[in-house]
Amino acid sequence: MKKTGAEILFESLKHEGVDTIFGLPGGAVLTLYHALGKYAEEIRHILVRHEQGAVHAADGYARSSGKVGVCLVTSGPGGTNTVTGLATAYMDSVPLVVFTGQVPTMLIGNDAFQEADITGITRACTKHNYLVKDVKDLAMTIKQAFHLARTGRPGPVLVDLPKDVVADSTEFSYPSKLKMRSYNPTYQGHPGQIKRAAKLIAGAKKPLIYAGGGVILSNSSKELTALGQKLSIPVTTTLMGLGGFPGSHPFFLGMLGMHGSFHANMAVTHCDVLIAIGARFDDRVTGKIESFSPHSKKIHIDIDPTSISKNVPVDIPIVGDARNILKTLLKYLDEETGQDWAKKHAEWLEQIAEWKRNYNSTPPDSHCGPCIKPQFVIQKIYEITKGDVIITTEVGQNQMWAAQSFLFNKPRTLLTSGGLGTMGYGFPAAIGAQVAFPDKTVIDIAGDGSIQMNIQELATAVQYNLPVKVAILNNHCLGMVRQWQQLFYEERYDQSVFEVVPDFVKLAEAYGAVGLRATKPEEVEPVIRQALSIPKPVFMDFLIDQNECVYPMVPAGAALTEMLLV
Amino acid sequence: MRHVISVLVENEPGVLVRVSGLFSGRGFNIESLNVAETLDPTISRMTLVTSGNEQIIEQIIKQLNKLVNVVKVVDLTGSDFVDREMILIRVKAEASSRAEVLRILDIFRGRVVDVSPKSYTLEITGDEKKVQAVVELLAPFGILEVVRTGKVAISRGRKEGLGTGRAQEQKAEG
Repeated sequence: MKKTGAEILFESLKHEGVDTIFGLPGGAVLTLYHALGKYAEEIRHILVRHEQGAVHAADGYARSSGKVGVCLVTSGPGGTNTVTGLATAYMDSVPLVVFTGQVPTMLIGNDAFQEADITGITRACTKHNYLVKDVKDLAMTIKQAFHLARTGRPGPVLVDLPKDVVADSTEFSYPSKLKMRSYNPTYQGHPGQIKRAAKLIAGAKKPLIYAGGGVILSNSSKELTALGQKLSIPVTTTLMGLGGFPGSHPFFLGMLGMHGSFHANMAVTHCDVLIAIGARFDDRVTGKIESFSPHSKKIHIDIDPTSISKNVPVDIPIVGDARNILKTLLKYLDEETGQDWAKKHAEWLEQIAEWKRNYNSTPPDSHCGPCIKPQFVIQKIYEITKGDVIITTEVGQNQMWAAQSFLFNKPRTLLTSGGLGTMGYGFPAAIGAQVAFPDKTVIDIAGDGSIQMNIQELATAVQYNLPVKVAILNNHCLGMVRQWQQLFYEERYDQSVFEVVPDFVKLAEAYGAVGLRATKPEEVEPVIRQALSIPKPVFMDFLIDQNECVYPMVPAGAALTEMLLV
Repeated sequence: MRHVISVLVENEPGVLVRVSGLFSGRGFNIESLNVAETLDPTISRMTLVTSGNEQIIEQIIKQLNKLVNVVKVVDLTGSDFVDREMILIRVKAEASSRAEVLRILDIFRGRVVDVSPKSYTLEITGDEKKVQAVVELLAPFGILEVVRTGKVAISRGRKEGLGTGRAQEQKAEG
């Protein structure tokens, strides 16, 4: 049957199992929005207030649910506003498909109104992108876009749709088969390599697992937990890996790296076998490369061959899907009968426990002074919710405190911009997660700097009655910037302290949401409890100690053992 | 070390900029780059000359393979291959030097493609050393303009099918 390009788009989305999209209309996509009306029953459109919000919301939707997040925005500024969202998703390997409007094909290149070369602009921050020039190619392009977004190392894909292409008609049948001769991700790890890895692990005295976001993307949390549990191997994760291994498990060391725990950084420096799973040896993890885990043989499991030996040379690389590889690895390790793993690693675990005793970042309690400590707020949120929430964060101190003080026991419960470090990510991402899970509690842990970067999305939350909670750790400054200035830039706080901060309570009220404020430690718990009881979006404004810093801290470029502890 | 890398790509708009953008975005070097259609009109071949240590070359090959439009990547360096470059060179040729220029050209088996009262335009094909030698020998006469194609390369005596392009991954696992 003949269909217009606009109809083909939404029919194709249905075939891909998409029931929710995030977007904002504009001139070049009016044909699409007109057609979308017909599909309102099957495809829910969440109208955001800024295209960056659309992409972050789709990203939060994707990270929390494991599905592909979808956006629809207009040409020109609509497209350029998605760039930060795309770059955020690209760095953290989040499956998205973003559809942008484009001026009619005959005007492309003419500097037409609201024209931007969006495929050119986003080439470096998408896994792949397309400009559809003929309506006949549309269905196959969409099929390929979804395939690319969700397979291999996932990532965002952009599809640019000129106005005349979506108005044009053609015969439509959604392709059942996909042919891409130049794209074949490796899923099965090389058995010989896995065997070598098993042997190395079996011979290790001080093994350590270093797991990253790949564990969450590949849904291999169960297999990872089994590996740590069965073999008594301690586990540290990256920021992106939090939740991949139960945060309250005795073998869990917390995060490693720049703001990692003391014992995690000591363990990674002293281990004899390092098992990296779905992690990419980022500079925030390794610190000074030359002193990173200097005594260990390294196994690296990753689906992306470019991640292997990019920063740190590894001894046993295994390219493939972490879940498949871990399953095979567990099978091989099962054959290592007669090993008493618990006994074998007891000494190593005791050494780690001792490091932990030596430096335990004791949680500041509510009575340490008149000021609210940010960690205290986060611990209270954990206590009150029993951890059964989806946490999103902004970027900076709020993000690191959340990573350190909250125990993430399940995958896909921490949504944070790890790679790009995008301030303004957390709030729209929380909206996206709330759309995916209407019955879950979703809390954005924010700072007063970050929340102002996408605060307009409060209107979106109110419009769709998405009861997202935002805990603003309000220190009237760009806290992490201020911390670096305090530690490394002569305590000169150039442009990092805000002279004007809005009244977040009034601001929430102005949007039709609820605003609450805590200025003293004893007000923290009542505010959280009250916020959780209100079935509406709530801003919680916690006035925290401006001097509080994130510790431990490994200064940029220093070895992991050179931690600033207080 | 210099490497000659042969890349088969989908013959689609934007592929060249994906490859060149990869090099500029990641700080890799391109010394020369050549693109043309293969016998299969849906596929183009790029011949890239780049340099870097072993780790950088490994990254370049992996990153090229990662591009969705890249069908196959072969690092020719270290294997047996033939490379050629063509140069068009306009050199001053006054009455006194015309014969000498032609003699040099003859030695290098080049051709005259254009003649004017005061200059010759010459075409010479060869490997890098040969092309370089011609340029050096003609320099004293006065070179007016030089256009070089950059390298094209082909492996010797081995048939190269269109594999999946992912062969390098296995190598990476090596």
